[in-house]
Amino acid sequence: MTASSAGLARTGLAGTGQLTRLAVRRDRIGVPAALYVIVAAVTGTAYTFKKLYPTAAGRAALAATGEGNPAFRFLYGRLYGDSLGSLTTWRYGIWAGIFASLMTIIVVIRHTRTDEEAGRLELVGSAVVGRQAALASALLTAVSACVLMALLLCITLPLVALPAAGAAALALAVGACGLAFAGIAAVAAQLTSNARAARGIALGALGVAFVLRGVGDSAGPSGPSWLSWASPLAWIQFTRPFAAERWWVLALPLATFALGVTAAFVLAARRDLGAGLLPDRDGRATASRLLSSPFGLAWRLEWATLLGWATGYAFTFAACGAAAKGIGQLFGTSSALQREFTRLGGQAAIVNAYLAALMLLAGLVAAAYATSTVLRLRGEETGELAEPVLATTTSRVRWALGYITVAVAGTVVLMAVAGLATGLGYGLRVGSAGHQAAQMLGAAFAQLPAALAVAAVAVLLFGLWPEAAVPGAWTVVGVAVLIELFGQVLQLSHWVLDISPFTHTPRMPGGTVTAAPLLWLSLAALAFTTAGLVGLRRRDIG
Amino acid sequence: MSNVIEVRALRKSFGRTVALDGLDLTVSAGEVHAFLGPNGAGKTTTIRILLGLLRKDGGEARLLGGDPWHDATSLHARLAYVPGDVTLWPGLTGGEIIDLLGRLRGGIDAKRRQALIERFELDPAKKARAYSRGNRQKVALIAALASDAELLLLDEPTAGLDPLMEASFRDCVNDERRAGRTILLSSHILSEAEALSDRVTMIRDGRAVESGTVAEMRHLTRNLVDAELAGPVRLEGVPGVYDLDVQGHRVRCQVDHAALGDVLGRLTAAGVRSLTCRPPTLEELFLRHYSSERTVAGAPR
Repeated sequence: MTASSAGLARTGLAGTGQLTRLAVRRDRIGVPAALYVIVAAVTGTAYTFKKLYPTAAGRAALAATGEGNPAFRFLYGRLYGDSLGSLTTWRYGIWAGIFASLMTIIVVIRHTRTDEEAGRLELVGSAVVGRQAALASALLTAVSACVLMALLLCITLPLVALPAAGAAALALAVGACGLAFAGIAAVAAQLTSNARAARGIALGALGVAFVLRGVGDSAGPSGPSWLSWASPLAWIQFTRPFAAERWWVLALPLATFALGVTAAFVLAARRDLGAGLLPDRDGRATASRLLSSPFGLAWRLEWATLLGWATGYAFTFAACGAAAKGIGQLFGTSSALQREFTRLGGQAAIVNAYLAALMLLAGLVAAAYATSTVLRLRGEETGELAEPVLATTTSRVRWALGYITVAVAGTVVLMAVAGLATGLGYGLRVGSAGHQAAQMLGAAFAQLPAALAVAAVAVLLFGLWPEAAVPGAWTVVGVAVLIELFGQVLQLSHWVLDISPFTHTPRMPGGTVTAAPLLWLSLAALAFTTAGLVGLRRRDIG
Repeated sequence: MSNVIEVRALRKSFGRTVALDGLDLTVSAGEVHAFLGPNGAGKTTTIRILLGLLRKDGGEARLLGGDPWHDATSLHARLAYVPGDVTLWPGLTGGEIIDLLGRLRGGIDAKRRQALIERFELDPAKKARAYSRGNRQKVALIAALASDAELLLLDEPTAGLDPLMEASFRDCVNDERRAGRTILLSSHILSEAEALSDRVTMIRDGRAVESGTVAEMRHLTRNLVDAELAGPVRLEGVPGVYDLDVQGHRVRCQVDHAALGDVLGRLTAAGVRSLTCRPPTLEELFLRHYSSERTVAGAPR
């Protein structure tokens, strides 16, 4: 052993290099995909703004709307100046930070606590690998991803004619925000022995950071606007890219990262492999009454996830609904858009179109939720958890219906939350909360048959072609999202648009409701589910 | 109906891999039947067909007088199953899982459940993710043993149990036998099968190669003879003698059951100083079937 590797072994870092290469290999698809989405979203926004608001007057009007509406400030944050770069930072600065943080949280937990819980670190740890090597390699991977992202943004933003200094400030601020949450995730990974809980703690910190700055940013001068300073997400806009950059603000996320990393290494050195600092709480020694059927089992395993989704839906759609009041001015200032929307029917029609688009979005995301819940069946099957249940008097159909019932009920709950939250958010601002809540609830439920039809395809595949169920079902979700979000822009033929079930649901409010498509979609969902269940009865399990 | 399990010429393939190639297996009511074979021999596939999880490609399989595929749910009320590699829902406690599986099977006897938890020293309030492999195994065993099923299908039930718990498990199996339950015990731990089972089926490459009581199987196979003699003896070429090894006056060989009298006569004629003659252990039988040269372990060539 050479002197340096002996030194490494003493500090517990031996093998970090090999583990980092392994981590990079395992992330070779996910991380580049995340980087692509972030860079494309930020650069694409800059490009779109440049096309839509070519004049200084147009940009000033957009900036005034953005600053004037507290709901926009809650969603997007603060605006400094009205240059193209300022507007890009306003519209996507915080959200790029959120995506970068999601990426680093997932990477760090995945290569530390997930591997540890699965026992893979034990296998690796028995080789010449230091006790701290896994943590070090996970952090190195996250740092590399953030550095790469910052570099890419530094290159792409000047391509759409943004000043290099501002581009560098935005890129570094977003990258540093990702690092701050990598540090937080590293600490979270030491706290609990359960990877899912560790990820939950880190994501919870991200959620708190979003809400803190949301309250601070939307508070106005008389409110608690200082709250924003407590949130790493707000530090991105406090760096003021493209508006007399304040470089020293970058020290805040970097210090958070350094603090988190130090704390994580200290904590990791003090605990046993596999253990967490927070004690594993014991549970019930006997099962509750509910846990005595396949549905009870599915509900027990899924309710926390549903609660998380419903909470996210409530906040997001309440804020989006509240933003609807200002939506007319936002679009009204761009002459090209103004013409388009006047053609569609003016101010009221713009608000209706916006609210209808929100419900479409809620439906698409709910379809993804329902699909992931249905696919849990496949996870239970390949994880050999279906076997003990199916060896009891539970029939295959009853077993599958447990998860399908949770998926359907969950989708109904999510759409109800989306409709009510949007209606209340908008209604409270225009002074007709009850009316708007009822109207939006109807608009949300109009999307239900389409969302369930998408999830029913997952049941169909699971029953008839289980190997293809996971990729196939997500492809269906992806195609529906692409068609709905970009189909009109890309001017796809009607034949292609018709593939997505959401093309056939009524656009409410403002549209007309016809029962026929809703009925057909419901029947299709029922038929797919039945065919899937018949297939499940006839095939091999496992 | 005295046969609880009747399998004839059972076939099952996964793509091009042939898992079962004409397997026969008969388990009669009230017996503990050991189902032996190396990894990949088809033990688990057979059990999964018997559970109605897999559809057979050919042959016949009857379980408790019914068709394991068509009558799966009604048959499952009368059996309990312990999988080989027990996976549990990580967020549920052991106690919850025992109750859940018991209720799904149609009810659980609270007193038996408590007695078994004490016998196996399981902490039922711990989350499954905190359990070791042995503890996960215990959860599945307790859930199965606490039921009043007439048939227990146990797929390598003691892998992961420590010797103390293994002893508890053997006690339980003997209790169940006394209670008149039928047990199919798949295993590759031969001492366990030898100690517990009334009858044994050995399988290899998806076929049964040997079936019967351990005593019968020994009877039909060669004995191991190890003798110290006063003078020389000629055993080369004697029918029924295999793997002969002569070193000075020490003779070791395997002898067919039928040739035993003849060989002992020759040894006695040469003058015996010491003699051991014993039937093969199950392990030696096993190795004879599965090692490609078909030699008995422990018998140097």
